[in-house]
Amino acid sequence: MALEDICNFKDKPTHKTFPFYASEDTSVSVFTEAFNFKWRGEMTSKKASDVPLEFHVPSLFKRPSSRASHSVSVRRPFPLSHGTTTLGFIFQGGVIAAADTRASAGGLVACPAVHKITPIHSHLVVTSSGSGADCMLWERILTREIRLYQLRHKRRLSISGTAKLLSLMLHPFKGTDVCVALTLCGWDKLIYVCSDGARLQGDIFSVGSGSPYAYGVLDRSLSWSLNKEEAILLAREAVFRATHRDAYSGNNVDLFHVTAEGWRQRQREDLKEEYYRDMEKRGKKMDN
Amino acid sequence: MEYLIGIQGPDFVLVAADNVAASSIIQMKHDYDKMFKLSEKILLLCVGEAGDTVQFAEYIQKNVQLYKMRNGYELSPSAAANFTRKNLADYLRSRTPYHVNLLLAGYDDADGPGLFYMDYLSSLAKAPFAAHGYGLNKRFILNLHSFNVRLIDKDGIHDMEKLTVGAK
Repeated sequence: MALEDICNFKDKPTHKTFPFYASEDTSVSVFTEAFNFKWRGEMTSKKASDVPLEFHVPSLFKRPSSRASHSVSVRRPFPLSHGTTTLGFIFQGGVIAAADTRASAGGLVACPAVHKITPIHSHLVVTSSGSGADCMLWERILTREIRLYQLRHKRRLSISGTAKLLSLMLHPFKGTDVCVALTLCGWDKLIYVCSDGARLQGDIFSVGSGSPYAYGVLDRSLSWSLNKEEAILLAREAVFRATHRDAYSGNNVDLFHVTAEGWRQRQREDLKEEYYRDMEKRGKKMDN
Repeated sequence: MEYLIGIQGPDFVLVAADNVAASSIIQMKHDYDKMFKLSEKILLLCVGEAGDTVQFAEYIQKNVQLYKMRNGYELSPSAAANFTRKNLADYLRSRTPYHVNLLLAGYDDADGPGLFYMDYLSSLAKAPFAAHGYGLNKRFILNLHSFNVRLIDKDGIHDMEKLTVGAK
């Protein structure tokens, strides 16, 4: 995406502008007129392609109104996925980001092996929750804008700047069905951004339907002075407990550790094994 | 449930705001600052809908600072309050109203201390004391634990000791 812009590559897509809903007649795009984002004064994305991906920073107040008047009420072919458990916390050894890997659509496990933690660049990782499709798209848009910034200004945008940029990009969609709750995990900072407009910096965040359970485990044992192994164990335990109780979280756990040297990913672990181990331990305790 | 309170004294204004940033029933942050510094002697306290609060408050904050840069002198608290109200009113009947409740506290070198109450329907009232929300302790199902307190007088804005109420 970014390379296309720099080269002024004009791509004529065969289908209409995004975003459009799967079941919608694609000749009617709900959002075409409402959003027209451009970087003011910068040479950016082509206008030739119908994809309106240029972003305009603070003309904050061009929200698409009462979404009712604008949008046709569109029947979805299936309920969007929302359930998840993601968490992130800071400790002396950097930042840990963990998430489950289940994508649910209503009562169906649509996919048991989804990546909810995505690297944006070598020192920034983002955990996503909310609507899976929206998150995937916005992560990609964010990566693109960060890369463009880096190419234009010859330096990387700070994590706070990235969070603010994302928040401003999401603002026009406030009130629509876009449901995105991302936690940007830098090597020393944790920022929660959601499509409602909230942007919070903090030491510990857990997002999703399983977050109360994860908070329960984290709030009890988290401290700054944990070493790396303890922190990883804690994160894994928190996700495990959340997946145990929350129906919409489960399958595996992904773990990323971000430090000043960059992010490192731990191998994905199946929580089924963890469950059996836990049962065995309890069994032993009961027997004693 | 969020809480703001302001009290005007003979030569000062005392304001306090709770510290919770919540997302439905989960407290995401317990040390969140809801006060925005508009100028050396004006504070804007802002609660309401998630994204609207920060967006609106920062917009007002940057505009007040811009006025100072352009004209060389600062807006008085009364002028800033009226400017804020005008913006709220303009957006009220637009398609994108801002759901925010505000308290503006400031010290004017000519008129002395002033406390202004504004709500999301863009009403404006200068009052000797004002509040938004329920600050009940022990009686409310949701008790707020800690509050930021600040004092504005002729010397500017002073941070006071953080107030913690009740058992954690």
